[in-house]
Amino acid sequence: MAQTTHSPTGHASSGQAPSAAHPHPNAEDHHDLEHGSHGSLREYAVGFLLSVVLTAIPFWLVMSGAIPDRQTTALVIMAFAIVQIVVHMIYFLHMNSKSENGWTMMALIFTIVVVGIALSGSLWVMYHLNHNMMPMTHDMRQMP
Amino acid sequence: MAIEAVINHSHWSPLLGRLGLDALPQEPIVMATFVVVALGGMAVVGALTYFKLWGYLWKEWFTSVDHKKIGIMYMVLGLIMFLRGFSDAIMMRIQQAIAFNGSEGYLTAHHYDQVFTAHGVIMIFFVAMPFVTGLMNYVVPLQIGARDVSFPFLNNFSFWMTTAGAVLVMMSLFIGEFAQTGWLAYPPLSNLSYSPWVGVDYYIWALQIAGVGTLLSGVNLIATIVKMRAPGMTMMRMPIFTWTALCTNVLIVAAFPVLTAVMTMLTADRYLGFNFFTNDFGGNPMMYVNLIWIWGHPEVYILILPLFGVFSEVTATFSGKRLFGYSSMVYATLVITILSYLVWLHHFFTMGSGASVNSFFGITTMVISIPTGAKLFNWLFTMYRGRIRFELPMMWTVAFMLTFTVGGMTGVLLAVPPADFVLHNSLFLIAHFHNVIIGGVLFGIFAAINYWWPKAFGFKLNEFWGKVSFWLWVPGFWVAFTPLYVLGLMGVTRRMRVFDDPSLQIWFVIAGIGAAMIAGGIGAMLVQFAVSVWKREALRDETGDPWDGRTLEWSTSSPPPEYNFAFTPIVHDIDAYEDMKRCGVTRPVEGFLPIHMPKGTGTGVVLAGLSTVMGFAMIWYIWWLAAIAFVGIIGYAIAHTFNYKRDYYIPAESVAETEAARTRQLAAAGA
Repeated sequence: MAQTTHSPTGHASSGQAPSAAHPHPNAEDHHDLEHGSHGSLREYAVGFLLSVVLTAIPFWLVMSGAIPDRQTTALVIMAFAIVQIVVHMIYFLHMNSKSENGWTMMALIFTIVVVGIALSGSLWVMYHLNHNMMPMTHDMRQMP
Repeated sequence: MAIEAVINHSHWSPLLGRLGLDALPQEPIVMATFVVVALGGMAVVGALTYFKLWGYLWKEWFTSVDHKKIGIMYMVLGLIMFLRGFSDAIMMRIQQAIAFNGSEGYLTAHHYDQVFTAHGVIMIFFVAMPFVTGLMNYVVPLQIGARDVSFPFLNNFSFWMTTAGAVLVMMSLFIGEFAQTGWLAYPPLSNLSYSPWVGVDYYIWALQIAGVGTLLSGVNLIATIVKMRAPGMTMMRMPIFTWTALCTNVLIVAAFPVLTAVMTMLTADRYLGFNFFTNDFGGNPMMYVNLIWIWGHPEVYILILPLFGVFSEVTATFSGKRLFGYSSMVYATLVITILSYLVWLHHFFTMGSGASVNSFFGITTMVISIPTGAKLFNWLFTMYRGRIRFELPMMWTVAFMLTFTVGGMTGVLLAVPPADFVLHNSLFLIAHFHNVIIGGVLFGIFAAINYWWPKAFGFKLNEFWGKVSFWLWVPGFWVAFTPLYVLGLMGVTRRMRVFDDPSLQIWFVIAGIGAAMIAGGIGAMLVQFAVSVWKREALRDETGDPWDGRTLEWSTSSPPPEYNFAFTPIVHDIDAYEDMKRCGVTRPVEGFLPIHMPKGTGTGVVLAGLSTVMGFAMIWYIWWLAAIAFVGIIGYAIAHTFNYKRDYYIPAESVAETEAARTRQLAAAGA
């Protein structure tokens, strides 16, 4: 992607620029850039192993039927999926509270809040709707 | 009346899909429009060819990755679609004013239903969105002292994807039909069983393709604002417009995927026989309503927040004061950003979720009016004891404050669930949201156009015609929509085509007169643009700072050079340029360096063109063409990644030349 040379200077911490003798307005002001790390081979290897293990276990649970109750199995698999997401974020996306001046963390928190609102809200709304508007016995079970 | 419904559209051939002669306009009104548009289109194409402008347009505009030119193209797109959306409004007003005493009016049900659907879809997706995106595109990089957005090619691509969606909506007028479902296409009406022909498919593909553009431009502007601010511009020194743009784009990136997902599920229902939103097989149409409003309510704030930013800039500039309560403004914007995700159910209180759910969402809706109210007080206190200049942008801002406040109050009234049970889907609701969208978004866009036009083109807009437009628009709005409040309180519902009760007619006639006044206002605005271009030498602004502005965009020339700033400015205060003027900072006149710039590319036009073809083919079930177009999109996008000639340097000498010309210009202007 073609970019201009204009250097990115998104520093929330650079607020205390010299204000006494307003220097030349257009002098290039150099700020250190804090790029997120791009990880080492070891990190990638650990991430890869973890994600393989975290994928293999749910497969085994389903194939072998180790837990007799289907609902428990589903819940366990979802728990593994959440751990998997965290592994990906840490080892492959190199997210931590400091990368990109904390913007990635902020974006993550915002995403979790919004997704949480949408999911829990929808479940709540639809549950009450069904409860209020569908008092008759459901015929849906006959459907394929 | 129901002739169209009788026509059998069920034929299909492998070559042309559902496309046949029955897709051509059948109704006289549409046929006449088709002829006029075709002749007008040919005249434009002929004129462009005669004056040999195609090469210029292609090189300087269509393929440009300059954020300023893309911003202007967004505004042009918004303006063209605004005229289309407004003609739909006029048609509805005439229909409703005459369809009494046994008269059927002049629109068939099939046509009228398309008109009100198209009006809503166009005004939101292809008028308000392009206007808002265009403003942010033009102003944000200038306000933060950047030379372009983070991803200039992506910006061009986003614009053309939005245009592709608009093209599909316009095509539906003449080839086939548009949706007859209302602007949000609720199932089961929008399912295949009740909307069997192409209308809803046009709707889906236009929104999906335009949605790609909107989402990507959101990503682009967030990256720009976060990463490309001038040195010294901390978050809490950003101009308020940039702040609101940031929050809007965060909302876009978080909300639009929901719309995409809902549309995809509806597509699966219609094309693949899924049952997400059907009445049978475990589907639930109410889930569509729930999901689309999870996108739809943030969308409302996506539209209004940047205009809150515009009003903040305008109020501060024309009161000659720093904005009152800068940080409270920022926090109010952030609170609105989060709260806008917690109110969506107030669009369907009557769906039957019960008291506890309704009261939760009723209360959150009332809470969200608090930060909005705080903003209004901030603007009022900014004006208090300021030296207010009532130029056109300020006039629109004052009109906004008066109009929007009333709209906000009727909104809080509708937030009370029991009241909503009476007023749901009534004309009271219609009056309310036009009150906030016209009074907020549209007035804001007019303020912004009058405010930033001199920056974009180097001359001010004609004041006389601007005032004519203003005084037709603002009273016209009230004449058009106050009757709808009254009718709504009497229980008249929206989207009605004929009426039984003759006592209602007078109100619709008054509303029609208001619409005519608004039409005059729009006409006066077009005259204003034409007169200003014609008399541009008399309106010329040499200083680049015609309003005594406070933010960085006014520190460069009007129009700004391609590179915006020869040197990146350094920021020491909230109103950076006002601070520079106060401290007597001088403009550097030497020591220029070569400037690294992105190169234009036609890839955006090609990809969006292929997307239009693919959308059209999917709508008409022309599977072979859709497949070819899809492969073409992927192939061309991959080929584009091998284009390494993406940048160039403006040599230091030509920068020095441009800046020297600017120095002479400033000296001549006596600045």
